[in-house]
Formats: sequence, structure tokens, C-alpha cells
Amino acid sequence: MKPYVVELVKGMLAGSERCLSKLITLVENDSPHVPEIMKMIYPHLGKAYYVGITGAPGVGKSTLADALAAIARGKGLSVGIVAADPSSVLHGGAVLGDRIRMQQHFLDNQVFIRSMATRGSQGGLPRAIGNITKLLDAFGKDIIIVETVGVGQTEIGITEVADIVVLVLSPDAGDSIQFMKAGIIEIADVIVVNKADYGYAENLVSELKAVLMLSSNSSKRDTAILTTQALNGVGIKELYQELEKLRPSRQGSKEL
Amino acid sequence: MKETGKPIRVLIAKPGLDGHDRGAKVLTLGLRDEGMEVIYTGIRQTPESIVEAAVQEDVDVVGLSCLSGAHNYHFPKVVELLREKGMNQALVIGGGIIPQEDIPSLKEKGIKGIFGSGTPIKDIANFIRENVER
Repeated sequence: MKPYVVELVKGMLAGSERCLSKLITLVENDSPHVPEIMKMIYPHLGKAYYVGITGAPGVGKSTLADALAAIARGKGLSVGIVAADPSSVLHGGAVLGDRIRMQQHFLDNQVFIRSMATRGSQGGLPRAIGNITKLLDAFGKDIIIVETVGVGQTEIGITEVADIVVLVLSPDAGDSIQFMKAGIIEIADVIVVNKADYGYAENLVSELKAVLMLSSNSSKRDTAILTTQALNGVGIKELYQELEKLRPSRQGSKEL
Repeated sequence: MKETGKPIRVLIAKPGLDGHDRGAKVLTLGLRDEGMEVIYTGIRQTPESIVEAAVQEDVDVVGLSCLSGAHNYHFPKVVELLREKGMNQALVIGGGIIPQEDIPSLKEKGIKGIFGSGTPIKDIANFIRENVER
């Protein structure tokens, strides 16, 4: 491995954001050094709680991530956020517009935010995102929030990189038949009905409960369903508490 | 020049209190359509918050937009802070309402290109491709 890459890893492990950032670029660009970078950081993994946030476009994933990060910071925990947006199939370009929802953390050196484009990858996440979350773990982040692109019914790549998956729905997400379908609803560990001030939120919660009750899988029957208003900070504390409650059983549940 | 074959990453930022971001949004979309990955951080940013975003996002280009007349302070400040953070290679360009007589001193201070209103997006995209360091 080239000496400069070793220096980057050492710098990152010593706390340099700049080194972390350059390493993320190498990993994102599929550098030939990736296997050795991952080998070097491996002994430093396993401290972080990987929280996945998924859901359709515009339901409030970034705003929820921002609000959850604020609570974690209030408890003195450091936070890493990786947020994905789609690359164009026409020309490869992308607008990465998640960071704009997280402005309160821009000058907090304990919050590291990285935006990523999917670059042709399917499943709601860029191919490199798993390794990039590991870099944040090795960097010493306590909580790593992974935000998918806006997804539909079938993009479930988040299960591979997150300890726990939060599915965010808006109040008009559909009726009980929608939630009987296979796909994304099956992978949710926690379901959040955001924009709860829009009305119909309670209806949606009832529909969700009615379907989950019928599940043959007992753990699915207990899936937490919470209502939030991410922009107004309503229900975020309860969501954070739920994630903390599940942390002991979930953290490390995915393969490193 | 672009070497990696990977998309060029651009941060579009608006320093200062000016809230007019139509130009910034036009550029964000235009550069997206030129195949670049563009991060837009919104209005009312400080040079410090812009540079922190540039470091975390490891962008190749920082595009600054200012219509309020405060460009002579904000643009060089961003260049200075980028250098402090070891982001010397980032290409800094600017746009907005920039009087002709301010352009030479801005260029001297490290803002490599200044693009006023009416500049075709293609010109900006080509300037970026020709001047970006990867």
C-alpha cells in the first residue's frame, strides 16, 4: 500500500477529519487500496450503533436524522451521518440535497456529514456505503446514521449496513393492503409516521397496527410504531428512546 | 484535469445574508446535468460553515454565489479557510453580482473564475473540467 494511504489511515485514527474525508473518497471511488484500508481499520470497529433511516422521497428522513443527531449531541455522543441521493441514469450527475436539512450541525466538530450519490447502484444505497460507515466507526463515532435515497417497496439494501432500520412513512402512505405486501415493510424494526400534524396519521397508525397484529412472526407484532413531527421536534425524544432501548439487542447484529 | 473517471464533486454555497438563491439553484441543476455531483447547502452560510462542508464532503470545487455586494469579504475568506484546512487543491469559483473592477483582486486572492449573470452553464462546466485538480 502506498505510504500516503497509510498516513491517511493513521491521521484518521488520530482524529483528523480531513484524513477521514479523503479516505471516504478513496473508498467511494473504489480505489485498489480499499481492501488494505479496511484491514487496517478492522481492529477499531464495533463501537458504533448503526441506525438506518429509509422511506419514500420527501417523508422527512434527513430532517429526522438531523433531529436525532441533535438529541445524541445533547447526550455528549458523537455522530456520523451518511446520506444518499440518486445519480442520474442519463448523465451520472446528482444533486445531493440532504445536508441542507442538517444545518444546525454544520459547525459542530462532533458531527460528520457526508453526502453520497448512488452511482448506478440499486437497492437504495451506493455500493461503497457499508465500508464508509465502517470508516466512521473506526473514526470513533458513537452513532452512525445511514440515510437511504427515497425508496419504494423493494429497496432493502439498508438491512446490510444498519443494526436497526427505521422506516419513515408520511400519513398518506396507504391502507392495510399496502402493508400486507412483501418488501420494505418487512425489514422495518421501528416504523415512524412523520408529518403527524398533517392529519390521517392516527388512521395510518391504526392500519399499520391492524396488519402487524396479524403477522405470524411474533417479533413483528411488537414493532414499535411512533408518530413524529420532525420539523417541530415532536416525538423525536420518544423515537430516540426506542432506538436506545433496542440498542443492546441490535448493535452488532449485522456482519462486520 | 479530471483523472479518476469519477464524477466531479461540487459544493454550491451562498455566504452571507443575501437570500436570493435562484442563480445557485440554476447552477446546481445545470452542473448536475453536466454529470457532476452537486451539494447545495442553502442560503445564509458563513465562510466557516462552507469550508467545514467542503472538508467533510471532500469536494473538488467550491462555487460561491453572492448578490449582496459582500463578495470581497466572503470569497477570499473561504479561500483562506480552505487553505488552513489543507484543502488547497479545491477549485474556488464565484458568481452573482460582481462588479468588473473587483474581479482582478478576487482572482489574485485565489478565486479562479468569476461568472456573472447570463454566463452559459456550459462555459462554467468547461472551466471546471479544465481547471479542477483530482
